[in-house]
Amino acid sequence: MIPAQTEVSRRRDRSQDPDQDRTPVISVRGLWKVFGPKAEKVPQSEELCGLSRRELMDRAGCTAAVRDVSFDVSPGEVFVVMGLSGSGKSTLVRCLTRLIEPTAGQVVFEGEDIRDADPKRLRELRRHKFSMVFQHFGLLPHRCVVDNVAYGLEIRGMGKAQRTKRALEVVELVGLSGYENSYPDQLSGGMQQRVGLARALAGDPDVLLFDEPFSALDPMIRRDMQNEVIRLHHEVGKTMVFVTHDLSEALKLGDRILIMRDGKTVQCGTGDELVGAPADDYVRDFVKDVPRADVLTLRWIMRPAGPDDDLGGPEFGPDVVVRDATRAVFDAVKPVKVVENGKLLGVVGDEEILAVIAGVEGGA
Amino acid sequence: MAVVAQVPTRLGAIRAIPRRFVVAGILALWLLIFAVFRGHQTLALAAADLTGLHRWFNDVNDSIGADRNSNPLFLYFFNEIRLVIDNLVTFIQSLISQPSSGRGVPQIGWLGVVGIVGYLSWALGNVRVALLAMAGFTFFGLQGLWQESMDTLALTLSAVFVSLLIGIPLGVWAGMSDRANRIMTPFLDFMQTMPTFVYLAPLTLFFLIGPASATIATLIYAAPPAIRITAHAIRSVPATTVEAAYSLGSTRRQTLTKVLLPMSKRTVVMGINQTIMAALAMVTIAALIDAPGLGKTVVKALQSLDVGTAFNAGLAIVVMAIVLDRVTTAASERSATGVPSAEGRGRAPGRLGGPFVKWRRHLLVAGGVVAAVLVYLSHTYVWAAEFPGEGSTGSTIASAADTVTTWAQDHLSGMTNALRDAVTNGLLNPFQSLLTDSPWWLVGAVLVAVGAVLGGRRAGVTAGVCVALLVGTGMWSDSMTTLASTAVATVLVMALGVVVGVWMGRSPMADRLIRPTLDAAQVMPPFVYLVPFLALFGATRFTAIVAAVVYAAPVTMKIIADGVRAVPETTVEAAAAAGSNTWQIITKVQLPMSRSALALAVNQGLIYVLSMVVVGGLVGAGALGYDVVAGFSQGELYGKGLAAGLAIVLLGVMFDGITQAAARRTTAVNGRRH
Repeated sequence: MIPAQTEVSRRRDRSQDPDQDRTPVISVRGLWKVFGPKAEKVPQSEELCGLSRRELMDRAGCTAAVRDVSFDVSPGEVFVVMGLSGSGKSTLVRCLTRLIEPTAGQVVFEGEDIRDADPKRLRELRRHKFSMVFQHFGLLPHRCVVDNVAYGLEIRGMGKAQRTKRALEVVELVGLSGYENSYPDQLSGGMQQRVGLARALAGDPDVLLFDEPFSALDPMIRRDMQNEVIRLHHEVGKTMVFVTHDLSEALKLGDRILIMRDGKTVQCGTGDELVGAPADDYVRDFVKDVPRADVLTLRWIMRPAGPDDDLGGPEFGPDVVVRDATRAVFDAVKPVKVVENGKLLGVVGDEEILAVIAGVEGGA
Repeated sequence: MAVVAQVPTRLGAIRAIPRRFVVAGILALWLLIFAVFRGHQTLALAAADLTGLHRWFNDVNDSIGADRNSNPLFLYFFNEIRLVIDNLVTFIQSLISQPSSGRGVPQIGWLGVVGIVGYLSWALGNVRVALLAMAGFTFFGLQGLWQESMDTLALTLSAVFVSLLIGIPLGVWAGMSDRANRIMTPFLDFMQTMPTFVYLAPLTLFFLIGPASATIATLIYAAPPAIRITAHAIRSVPATTVEAAYSLGSTRRQTLTKVLLPMSKRTVVMGINQTIMAALAMVTIAALIDAPGLGKTVVKALQSLDVGTAFNAGLAIVVMAIVLDRVTTAASERSATGVPSAEGRGRAPGRLGGPFVKWRRHLLVAGGVVAAVLVYLSHTYVWAAEFPGEGSTGSTIASAADTVTTWAQDHLSGMTNALRDAVTNGLLNPFQSLLTDSPWWLVGAVLVAVGAVLGGRRAGVTAGVCVALLVGTGMWSDSMTTLASTAVATVLVMALGVVVGVWMGRSPMADRLIRPTLDAAQVMPPFVYLVPFLALFGATRFTAIVAAVVYAAPVTMKIIADGVRAVPETTVEAAAAAGSNTWQIITKVQLPMSRSALALAVNQGLIYVLSMVVVGGLVGAGALGYDVVAGFSQGELYGKGLAAGLAIVLLGVMFDGITQAAARRTTAVNGRRH
């Protein structure tokens, strides 16, 4: 793979509405998190809801970190929440397991509203259903790798022999064999995050939550770790909610991406949707520097076949990335046909490809 | 003071000059009115005179003394506490210091104590501190102060035991609950701000004099660091780690026992060190309310100006402080390195060789057996129970100290007297007469005005209330005398602190050389400072001032050094790149940027100086310090001593309020500017 290329998640879920085929694992509806005095008043008041962040601070002394966010996560999906610092993405992911108590809204997990769970049930969920990987690892410095990984099993009451066995398996899974008895401060940042990953996996949860797990790592290590997550996703197939501020990371890992700004959802969709049809200038600015050829598919650049077009060229599916089709389009004498299920959707010629590669705005 | 004296820099002038002008104006006005009203309404009170309040305190004292065994509050509360503490102290005393039931000697004699101390120091620390501890304890015997030392140790241990018993759970609670922390912090602040001697008098009211109230006084002084450090340790566990623990479904108890406590262990052990040192310092001071031990020997010797004996006992206190500090520091280092695997860490620094680590367990068992044998011997045989010899080393030390004192007084008196007279006549006397000869309302108004200008409205109100209460105590004139000494001492402390602090802050080498000395000086119980200065300067106000300066200087030096060090290197670099010379860098960059550290240093310097007032009273400082000391020893002056103690607290509260508010202001200004 050429280093300059932006990698894109290969598993694409084209369905606009995940409810079509499978019921979502997590379904978030109208979620609010407001910090400040009388926070619960804010989501109820239509007047306060409409205020900007600054106005809300002046009027009510509150900060709304998450404002009326709704989304669904399908089983096995990698759902990315992306935004700049202060956009509320970390708060959002903490609200999912109530590490931060939401102010209003619903978080439905497998049909159960997590906000209704009592402390015992919540602990059950955290012990068996959710696991989280943190930006700054959060490892226990006084425990060696195996004991860190086994911590979650230990507090469930699992016996020592059994949990050590399980921990060793997971340590091997994340590629830390040989470091079982090291202490966290003897490991590099990347290796410490592998421990964090192993700890999250040890309890065999249904959902893995990642809070900017690789932001504190060097670029090279970060790439290794991203590939590691992709590999683990293929191997264990867990549902993942992944928070990041890095667009290329979001595009590389995410099946779908939710972009947040000032606590609000700006756009939610697949990577090519964000690049091809940005919801507003904010998103457009965000995705400006993405190499469009690596993200856009033929669907976004094809033009309707006109009467002049010679339809004798090769055929491609609509979800082929532009870069992968470039060679074929240039080699072909006639425009390439974009065909889905035997139906002709449009054609792509040299100009369309060139417009994308040259980075001309509005190539879609 | 330092704030007033600072030359305004041109940039800050627009905003800063008005406040300085105001202060200067207030001072000028003061001098003017002083010239007119000098000697009027000074509220002076002769040494034997009492006010109504003092008599009322005396009556309260008498009536409480009479009701002690009938008032239910005493019967079921104070007396019970006293009984429990008394039993604890008596138990430890009967173990190591006082002859116990039917025996002429304690249960464990000197050999046993030395054995146990050596063994524990080795097991918890290392071989080096074990040898140091054994040598130190043997030295007490050689000094002829074995029993006194053991009394001090017994009191210290019981106070530490109770402090930790109360302090660690409270600290954990304050660490885990914001609300508990909010409630506790002001109390802890108050307990630590209050000069230590002040609660001695009220405590005797409730718990009588003697070991029990000494232990309780020590407890009040020594528990706050334990609570604070434990809470701090719990709070400084990274939030992510705690969050990660909760995210995995830990209960509160699991988070506490598996995450918070193990991760704060090392800091808590450091807190134990501080608690022990605070307790030792207080136990020696509690001699003023008849606590047995080395402190009593020092107090008696100071009162009869017997420098030799005071020096001998003071030396024993120093040795005990060093031993306890070294042993607990070594223990905290071990607890730090003991956490990771023996092979991972123990091997790396070459601290203990591999085979030694392997054999350590066996050696520990063997050492335990040896210690037990020594204890048995000392329990059974007189030669191992009573320290042999007459303590001739002690008398040698005492007479040597006397000789040196005589020599110093004969040969250095020209120099020391000149210094003393220069400070006394040039600085102390004019200032003192300005304060004591001004009408009370004038000084009061000046204090309120300066407080309001420097610290804002709230500090002004605090100052006003404190002035009113000071007048109410009937100790106004003595308070002003003490205030003069305190102010002079604080100015000297700040001068010393800025010079040494800046030097330390700028030169890592100087810091490395000086800091250990400062650390050691802070460990010393405050009594000890008096002895050499008493020898040099005799019993005067100046002696007390010097002792206070020496006591308060280390903390101010450290604060200023840290403040100067905290100035960003790039700023200093930029100033140097602009062509500033060293003096310009110090005066235009480093000192202005460490304003908040300077303000904090003034605050701490004042509080430390003030807490030495009573100790100074023992060596001729007069005024409030003398009143407190006299109140302890003479029944009819009890009420006056109590009022004097109250006056010290009021001075402390007032200056703490003003300097803290001023510190907050400078911090706020700094914050706005950057």
